[in-house]
Amino acid sequence: MAYIFQQALNALQLGSIYALIALGYTMVYGILTMINFAHGDLFMVGAFFCFIIAVYLHLSFIPTLLLSMMGVAFLGVVIERFAYKPLRNAPRVSAIITALGVGLFLENFTLALSPYPKHIPPLLTNVTWTVGSLSLSSLQMIVIVLSLCLMLILDFIVRHTKAGMAMRAISWDKTVVPLMGVSVNKIISLTFAIGTGLGGAAGVMYGLAYPVIDPYMGIMVGWKAFICAVVGGIGNIRGAMIGGFILGGVEIMVAAFLPSTYRDFVAFTLLLILLIVRPYGILGKPHPQKV
Amino acid sequence: MASIKTACYTLPAHWHTLTGNKYFWPVFVLAGLAFCMAVDTFDFVDLYLQLILIYVGINIILTVSLNLINGYMGEFSVGHAGFMAVGAYIASLLTVYVFPPGAVGVFFPLAILAGGIGAALVGFLVAIPSFKTRGDYLAIVTLAFCMIVKSVLENIDAVGGPRGLLGMEKLTTLPWVFFWTALSVWVIRNLVYSNFGRGVLSIREDEIASDLMSVNTRQVKIIAFVVSSFFAGIAGGLFAHALQFINPRMFDILKSTDILIMVYLGGIASISGSILGAVIYTILLEILRPLGIWRMVLMPLMLVLLMIYRPRGIMGMREARLFTPLRDLVTEKLWRQKKKEAPDATD
Amino acid sequence: MPLIEINKITHRFAGLCAVSDFNLAVLPHELIGIIGPNGAGKTTVFNLITGVYRASEGSIKLEGKELVGLTPHQITSSGIARTFQNIRLFRELSVLDNVRIAHYGQIAYTPAEALLHIGRFHAEEKRITNQAMDLLSIFKLDESANEKAKNLPYGLQRRLEIARALATEPRLLLLDEPAAGMNPNEIIQLMEFIRWIRQTFSVTIILIEHQMRLVMGICERLVVLDFGATIAQGLPSQIQANPKVMEAYLGEEVVL
Repeated sequence: MAYIFQQALNALQLGSIYALIALGYTMVYGILTMINFAHGDLFMVGAFFCFIIAVYLHLSFIPTLLLSMMGVAFLGVVIERFAYKPLRNAPRVSAIITALGVGLFLENFTLALSPYPKHIPPLLTNVTWTVGSLSLSSLQMIVIVLSLCLMLILDFIVRHTKAGMAMRAISWDKTVVPLMGVSVNKIISLTFAIGTGLGGAAGVMYGLAYPVIDPYMGIMVGWKAFICAVVGGIGNIRGAMIGGFILGGVEIMVAAFLPSTYRDFVAFTLLLILLIVRPYGILGKPHPQKV
Repeated sequence: MASIKTACYTLPAHWHTLTGNKYFWPVFVLAGLAFCMAVDTFDFVDLYLQLILIYVGINIILTVSLNLINGYMGEFSVGHAGFMAVGAYIASLLTVYVFPPGAVGVFFPLAILAGGIGAALVGFLVAIPSFKTRGDYLAIVTLAFCMIVKSVLENIDAVGGPRGLLGMEKLTTLPWVFFWTALSVWVIRNLVYSNFGRGVLSIREDEIASDLMSVNTRQVKIIAFVVSSFFAGIAGGLFAHALQFINPRMFDILKSTDILIMVYLGGIASISGSILGAVIYTILLEILRPLGIWRMVLMPLMLVLLMIYRPRGIMGMREARLFTPLRDLVTEKLWRQKKKEAPDATD
Repeated sequence: MPLIEINKITHRFAGLCAVSDFNLAVLPHELIGIIGPNGAGKTTVFNLITGVYRASEGSIKLEGKELVGLTPHQITSSGIARTFQNIRLFRELSVLDNVRIAHYGQIAYTPAEALLHIGRFHAEEKRITNQAMDLLSIFKLDESANEKAKNLPYGLQRRLEIARALATEPRLLLLDEPAAGMNPNEIIQLMEFIRWIRQTFSVTIILIEHQMRLVMGICERLVVLDFGATIAQGLPSQIQANPKVMEAYLGEEVVL
């Protein structure tokens, strides 16, 4: 029983990291119907920012987190401005390939600067409380609670602020919104900033939870977060959160009860089955083609 | 219905003067094959250069075959490396464990073919979800497929698990690569210039309209996936016997990304484009090798710039005249000629 | 014996009745018009006949053969072709290829023959190319055979759509608002054109139209739909005098 509870906590931790990354995919998709395949690598950059700030600036946890988020958000906006914006009217795949290119660039650029895996120093002292046969780690708690807070803030922004309203409006109809006096470019930049900022936060927390980081760590995590976004229904913010927790749960449970090499196999097979049963994700709605 | 009566025209005697390239391809292919065999026997070309040429050929096969799905059919498959893995493993297992060690060279084409057929069977399975799912969701299906292949291979100890498989002889020679490359280009071009190929294109343009114009879209999708994965499997087999070592990690999503880049660099829905894309990408990577890791920084940067200034790639949606079958260049002219001679021949 | 017999078909979208109890029997060589206000379910009827939607209830028989449950391409191959309200050509493909694709249901070569360009392939390709060119020349489109469909002017795109539909060798042709975006002069030409198509290709035609001038001018029988229900059926003169029809169109501009 305690073992299961322990695994559930692990699942929540991994799931919240997936969910934070998946949010970035889904937000960008909602607004531009574009899959930002560089997003997983921005997550990796977040972890490296965390490493740089912690090692060279000796800042504590909160400033490190905020600075890393801001750094990644800035990078996200710059990438959008210079790489994606010129392609807004080009065929959709051109934008996707560009995003893959940007991702490769980030990976290899980081690799060129830092050829060996890095170890993030502990930013927080980890306290372990023991309740009966159960051990709770403060680190795990912080990752889970912080991610949930970020998600709640995001949900609030999207639902109750003017900018959030504009975001939803653009994802609904891109041609009418400018007529209402909303600057589409600003809203797109803002979306990229928030989405990639959350990815950066995920990078920092991933670094806390699994301290060894390398330039290629964003690939697999990125693809998996993308899958979470799709499972939840791409373009749907709450769906992305749900998708993140589902995948986190599945992976941890598989690893707990089967040889860990089966993890990916089971996760992806489940994904296929889910897509066959619900081709548009859990919260996504099908778009019937009008004839 | 008062059917539209047609006169079946016979080809006039001077038909090749209309085009002038009737003999180009047979001559080119025979000469190329002869040259490759000469290189293989007399070894007058640097071995390193030979290896690059082998990779160029393999990449052409991969690019042209992926273009069938991503360019002509307009889907976004990221699972091509998975089909490649299937072909590579089947072919390698056959040459290492099944075929008699002395005569492996003789059985090599059979092994490659078996790899292609195995990959084609898997491609058939992947085509089934494509009946109902499109776009981003189909991309995920192919992604999941690629991951599953890798994961399964890692979990089977008989094929070496994560450590991979070795013991293959270096059977992939320049003539064989040339042969399979020419075959794949020819077959895929043939498909594209047939009514099945037009069906593939019409699915990209408007799937519902295509179905309503009598195109059996399911059949078309199966053909496209089977042909595409068949050649990916062939390429995988050749790749395994060029490198003489494979492991599951070689066929992950990064390999698929490589092929995607070659497809979109060359341009979608263009065979000549795919050939150009594969050749340029492979050779450029080699030329930039002295830069070390920085070439891997430079390449994606160039890709991004290319996409910004030429979003459709080098040859996007265009085809070099050489790759258009003669009949497609001529029939319309013949029809016009006949019409001029006998205006009442129709109706 | 009627060519097509539609018996009590009903279709619901999420509980909403888009078409209810629709009945229609069309004799060979007839020209029928379906009219009704926007959202009356006219295009849905076409979608049901061609298999885009599957009817919730009822049956559709083409010369006694049940069509409900068949896929669109099977229905097209058994002799029903259509055009679309908003043109749906294969825009990036050539005009000739647009028509050749419509021969898909008739090609006699197998995929293997197509991959290797052997056997019946060459003869068949020659046949469908020549047929397509003949059809294009009948529609005066042969000069632009190698143009991309998207580069044709609007009027020619409409014409190409009809040519493409006829290339499937239909016995029944469904035209969805063929006069959309045409001026009165062009409509008069279009009326001639539709009559001529029926004569030349000896097809039965059902058309959906808003332009009363066109419908009253050429249709032999009319069906009036409103909110999915059939409110009147009969000769154009009967329909014109029908008070229920006037009521349904109240608020809409009626051009008689």
